[in-house]
Amino acid sequence: MTETYLRQFESFAANGGAEGPAWLPQLRRTAIDRFANVGFPSSKDEEWRFTPVSPIVRGEFRPAGSATVSREALAPFLFGHPEWPQLVFVNGRFDPALSVLPTLPNGVQLGNLATALRTDGALLEKHLSRHAGLEGSPFTALNTAFMRDGALVYIPPDTVLERPIHLVFVSSPDAADTVAHPRNLIVVERGAKASVVESYVTLAEGATYFTNAVTEVYSGENAWTEHTRIQRESERAYHIGLTQVDQARDSHYRSFTLSMGGAIARHNLHVRLNASNIETLMYGLYLTRGDQIVDNHTAIYHDHPNCHSWEVYKGILDDRSRAVFNGKVLVKPEAQQTDAKQTNRNLLLSTSARVNTKPQLEIFADDVKCTHGATVGALDQLALFYLRSRGIQPDVAKRILTYAFAAEVVDEVALEPVRETLNRLVLTRLGYTE
Amino acid sequence: MLEVKDLHAAAGGTEILKGIALTVNAGEVHAIMGPNGSGKSTLAQVLAGHPAYEVTSGQVFFEGRDLLELEPEERAQAGLFLAFQYPVEIPGVTNAYFLRAAYNALRKGRGLDEVDPMDFLDVLEEKLKVVEWGPEIMSRAVNSGFSGGEKKRNEILQMAVLEPKLAILDETDSGLDIDALRIVAAGVNKLRRPDNATIVVTHYQRLLNYIVPDYVHVLSGGRIVKSGGKELALELEARGYEWVEEAAGVV
Repeated sequence: MTETYLRQFESFAANGGAEGPAWLPQLRRTAIDRFANVGFPSSKDEEWRFTPVSPIVRGEFRPAGSATVSREALAPFLFGHPEWPQLVFVNGRFDPALSVLPTLPNGVQLGNLATALRTDGALLEKHLSRHAGLEGSPFTALNTAFMRDGALVYIPPDTVLERPIHLVFVSSPDAADTVAHPRNLIVVERGAKASVVESYVTLAEGATYFTNAVTEVYSGENAWTEHTRIQRESERAYHIGLTQVDQARDSHYRSFTLSMGGAIARHNLHVRLNASNIETLMYGLYLTRGDQIVDNHTAIYHDHPNCHSWEVYKGILDDRSRAVFNGKVLVKPEAQQTDAKQTNRNLLLSTSARVNTKPQLEIFADDVKCTHGATVGALDQLALFYLRSRGIQPDVAKRILTYAFAAEVVDEVALEPVRETLNRLVLTRLGYTE
Repeated sequence: MLEVKDLHAAAGGTEILKGIALTVNAGEVHAIMGPNGSGKSTLAQVLAGHPAYEVTSGQVFFEGRDLLELEPEERAQAGLFLAFQYPVEIPGVTNAYFLRAAYNALRKGRGLDEVDPMDFLDVLEEKLKVVEWGPEIMSRAVNSGFSGGEKKRNEILQMAVLEPKLAILDETDSGLDIDALRIVAAGVNKLRRPDNATIVVTHYQRLLNYIVPDYVHVLSGGRIVKSGGKELALELEARGYEWVEEAAGVV
């Protein structure tokens, strides 16, 4: 209920929430007021029409306490690279013992928000809540009111990071009935280059808990940012996430999102193109089963000329699961020479699975190239026959084609160890034992 | 090897094959020719077990087994191969993976051990020569973005790997330029042996300059209306199909 969070806020505001720079308490207060005003969304809200949040609203989640997780327990989630620069958060709180903070190029900041709020108010004031405003989803307002920890990644101008940075958000085995509001800020300054992997994983498989995450990304002039988001929460958990990206001129932002956890999981990816000559690539894969509801909302704002956006989201749905895809592409009158392509393809492995897919193109410029396409269907019977005509058993042929369907987007994951892990996850999910 | 008796088949309730009789022995090459819509490709696909067609009556024996009782994968394991007129694109699956999966499926069906990717590379080395290809084709997705000629070559590569007893080439010549046609035909000829057989389904005589048939059958209106030796193909090329159809009373 809304009241539960309002009560939690008052006690938080009087306690840990009072720490930090002077502007912060006001920001929190504005955020909670916004949340109190609008409340949780309902199915009457167009943005939430197909994704019922009532189980989240009804749930009584308490703020997550501190917990410990062993290095061994975390190992399976590290793509075989425990040595990568890495920030680990257990139930939303920074765990320095599990984190890896090697020497990085001059000026690079890699740390947690709670510390930065005490020491680096200027950087945070410039970016925090400047990209993901409070006027959006009530969940963002809620996150902003309660934010206390998360990742801070700052890459100074003209700095190239050789290794990817891994942000790991893990739920401890006793995370049931808790809520965490991780808040992340990734700033890649002019001419810099970085690859960031953001993983939401669980050691509380089967438990119901609530993750309400917000990540703000700033990709500066001519910066190159690669962002991989892996969501593998408990299949009984609730996960609401926003990734809000602002891109400056000549910048490149490449996103891949995997959604395979959560009883109800929603991810919004919003990208604003704030100047010309920007390139944005958005790839997504969702794998659902049981009674899962997985919702991906993307929005790309073409406000300036000569920008290129390319989006491919694919879903594989089994059992009675449901997926929602909504892809907004907004092209302002001045955004001439926009080249935007959006594709959403869904593969239904069961006759009870359902997809609500909605491309939403609003184009106000006349000299543009904008296309979209959405498909929902079962496996291609002709392809199935082709494989069988080569002696391949029908069940194997189905798995090969299903895997191939996923591979088309997984292949777009640029980081090889991550791509290999994703391939394995997909294969396991499809029942491959090879 | 293959015996087709009074085969009738329909698609979507419309009868397309209206009583086909055909016998193919080991070592033989049969050409099945005919105008568009005569049922040539339907015959090829029915023999491979395409689910879009329903066999309404008749019998087909392959190596003494009732072919119509077998699933498509069982037909392949029994040694039947269809080179598709329109090979299917499978983005996301490499040629190497696909070929090995098929090769191992056939080995498994014969009670043999599967081969691992490294050993399969050795198998492939010889097979690639059949279609004059280098190993780089193996890392591309199956037929995905292939030119028309590449797709047909890929069918022949699969044939080389799977070593069928009976290969049915469904309009393998359509859409090929002269170089691709030469490579494809040379590939088929290299794979000919006394103990296997080939059925070449084609609209044009051109391919038969390269793959010389022992028998030529003319299909029209779902029936074989004339059979003869390789000279029949030349006659069809010179005179068209009408005279055969008229003589048979089809039109």
